[in-house]
Amino acid sequence: MRRIISVLMENEPGALSRVVGLFSQRGYNIETLTVAPTEDATLSRLTVTTIGDEHKIEQITKNLNKLIDVVKLVDLTEGSHIERELMMVKLKASGAQRAEIKRCVDIFRGQIIDVTNTVYTVQITGASDKLDAFMDAVGDAAILEVVRTGVSGISRGEKVLSL
Amino acid sequence: MLSGGDMLIRSLQEEGVELIFGYPGGAALHIYDAIFRQDKVKHILVRHEQAATHAADGYTRATGRVGTVLVTSGPGATNAITGIATAHMDSIPMVVISGQVFAEKIGEDAFQETDMMGISRPIVKHSFMVKHASEIPEIVKKAYHIAATGRPGPVVIDVPKNTVNPAETFPFEYPKKIKLRSYSPATKGHSGQIKKAVGMLQQAKRPVIYSGGGVVQGEASELLIELARKLNFPVTSTLMGLGAFPGDDAQFLGMLGMHGTFEANTAMHHSDLILAVGARFDDRVTNTTGKFCPNAKIIHIDIDPASISKTIVADVPIVGAVDSVLRDMLDILKSSSKKTDKKALADWWAQIEDWRERHGINVKPRYNTSGDKIMPQDVIKMLYEVTKGDAIVASDVGQHQMFAAQYYPFKRPRQWLNSGGLGTMGFGLPAAMGAAFAFRDKDIVCVTGEGSIQMCIQELSTLTQYGLPVKIICLNNQALGMVKQWQDMVYDSRYSEIHYEDSLPDFVKLMDAYGHVGIRVKKREELREKMEQCFALKDRVVFLDVYVDPSEHVYPMQVAPEGSMRDMWLSKTERT
Ligand SMILES: Cc1ncc(C[n+]2csc(CCOP(=O)(O)OP(=O)(O)O)c2C)c(N)n1
Ligand SMILES: [Mg+2]
Repeated sequence: MRRIISVLMENEPGALSRVVGLFSQRGYNIETLTVAPTEDATLSRLTVTTIGDEHKIEQITKNLNKLIDVVKLVDLTEGSHIERELMMVKLKASGAQRAEIKRCVDIFRGQIIDVTNTVYTVQITGASDKLDAFMDAVGDAAILEVVRTGVSGISRGEKVLSL
Repeated sequence: MLSGGDMLIRSLQEEGVELIFGYPGGAALHIYDAIFRQDKVKHILVRHEQAATHAADGYTRATGRVGTVLVTSGPGATNAITGIATAHMDSIPMVVISGQVFAEKIGEDAFQETDMMGISRPIVKHSFMVKHASEIPEIVKKAYHIAATGRPGPVVIDVPKNTVNPAETFPFEYPKKIKLRSYSPATKGHSGQIKKAVGMLQQAKRPVIYSGGGVVQGEASELLIELARKLNFPVTSTLMGLGAFPGDDAQFLGMLGMHGTFEANTAMHHSDLILAVGARFDDRVTNTTGKFCPNAKIIHIDIDPASISKTIVADVPIVGAVDSVLRDMLDILKSSSKKTDKKALADWWAQIEDWRERHGINVKPRYNTSGDKIMPQDVIKMLYEVTKGDAIVASDVGQHQMFAAQYYPFKRPRQWLNSGGLGTMGFGLPAAMGAAFAFRDKDIVCVTGEGSIQMCIQELSTLTQYGLPVKIICLNNQALGMVKQWQDMVYDSRYSEIHYEDSLPDFVKLMDAYGHVGIRVKKREELREKMEQCFALKDRVVFLDVYVDPSEHVYPMQVAPEGSMRDMWLSKTERT
């Protein structure tokens, strides 16, 4: 099962390495990882996506909670939530391909953010499977370079992750 | 106004630290100068930083007080790692202060620079790097608080040399309280869960109390005894928990697990309810988890939520301090109108007594008692007799450790000091030394093997310096016995690298060189006299070098890897 765990932690040097270290030390896998400071400068928010059965996820959240630098966390996948990832893709675009790609970008509500006469650089945001679908749609042959931010997530409605 | 170095030592004074186990070096010199200029905190100069950590650890296991270690950067810090890992595995509180190169030099591969924060990260409960001298009091306060509370563990404070510069001084105030918004270990257990658990205890027909190191650490021994008495349930203990329930008590089944007793392992297997108290279902206890106690419901009390349902799923998890949870259980039991099932319990006890009679190691000797070789089991029994069961016993790791656990019935918590989780050879002597600082009036014993003792033997010199009359009982089987046992059982006696080919030192002469007493025992009939002689030398370090039967194995031994709790070898030829 794929899970999105969102963590509020002390914005301290070393805090990130403790979280990442925990995953490697205990053999948990990390699919994506994002981290940045929050509106409160003493806190960072980290989002990690991981795959594991219920037992493994329970151990992951328990062990994360044990880290002194971890202030609070939530498994977003337990409730309704919104997830977003941003991707920039550099695509071969010459001749007839240009119109084709443009159409595809429109369908996925992406933007072309840089253009040369042979290359389009495209930005797409959405849930990870949407980004995957875009890449399938344009096809491997067209793709020159891909960069993805990893998943960020937030729960729907009134529920907030804060102190 | 104080310098960072003086603040550090003042903070230790404020924490009530009596002893620092340490070893100086460049990056720690400002701190050592601060130690020199005061006399409240006493520094103990060990001979190797590994021993500093084990000594602090032994001091803590014996007293319950947090141990303190001070080492320099680089090699000092890396030498401390084995001892920090040992403490971490057994949840022993410890504060390790490591010198570090100047902050501006960090990352430049400076002389004696090592990334202590990084190297120690997976084996500490938490760690701090001092950024500015003024943070020191608060960091020290937090470090001791974190080390000692919740599930205890080691905390590292890495101190760059510039932050303890004697030329820069700042106002000193030791915080009375500290705030840690992200750390609030559970104390009380969930009352609904506790009620539910008590109901199950009252209905159990074949219950076992499985007690662990958490009962020792959580100071819950008396409550455990009270609960077991009230319920009349059999009690078994992990290697780490020995002593929390009196070892010579009729309700005690002995240790469980890999080298546990027949009756403890068999009772566990057939039980219908297991009350696990401060234990963590370690793989040395459960054997194959898929075959673990097939009919048992499990109540698991632990302060660490991550220990619950980690390897064995608990039916009733209770997160909380063991003393508080046991007290709540007793309160409910006392006011409850329901009774335990006396008839079922009587049948269960009859069954257990039958198991005990058939194969129990304490009913009659289950090893060869008629040969002329000295049997290691007899050495431990003799040790028990001569010390009247009252010694504080530290052990190393190997067969001798298991014999000590099996044949010295510990009667109180903190009497048995041993590296259970990491299994660190070399732990015994420095751990005994640490305990000896706290208990001048008790016999302090290190049970060791001729292999293990050589891993921290340099501490014989520290014993001389501080006049600590530790008694070293060496079960000398002229081999890495526990490895040999596995090679006998699993590798057709292909003895790969377990013999020293006559290169063992003459321990009697070696003791003499350190100013201690060495006594060799080779004849069975001399054992008692020499053991008594050893303990009669009250003020001396004595090394009793006992030549034991080199072919002896530790039994029972669970059948691995596919076995259940009850699958055991009872001797070289007998299997359950
Ligand atoms: C530091 C360390 N290295 C290796 C081991 C693996 N090991 C476990 S028991 C043992 C043999 C110990 O020999 P000895 O101290 O003579 O005890 P005996 O088993 O013979 O009683 C070894 C090598 C260990 N536990 N610790
Ligand atoms: Mg040996």
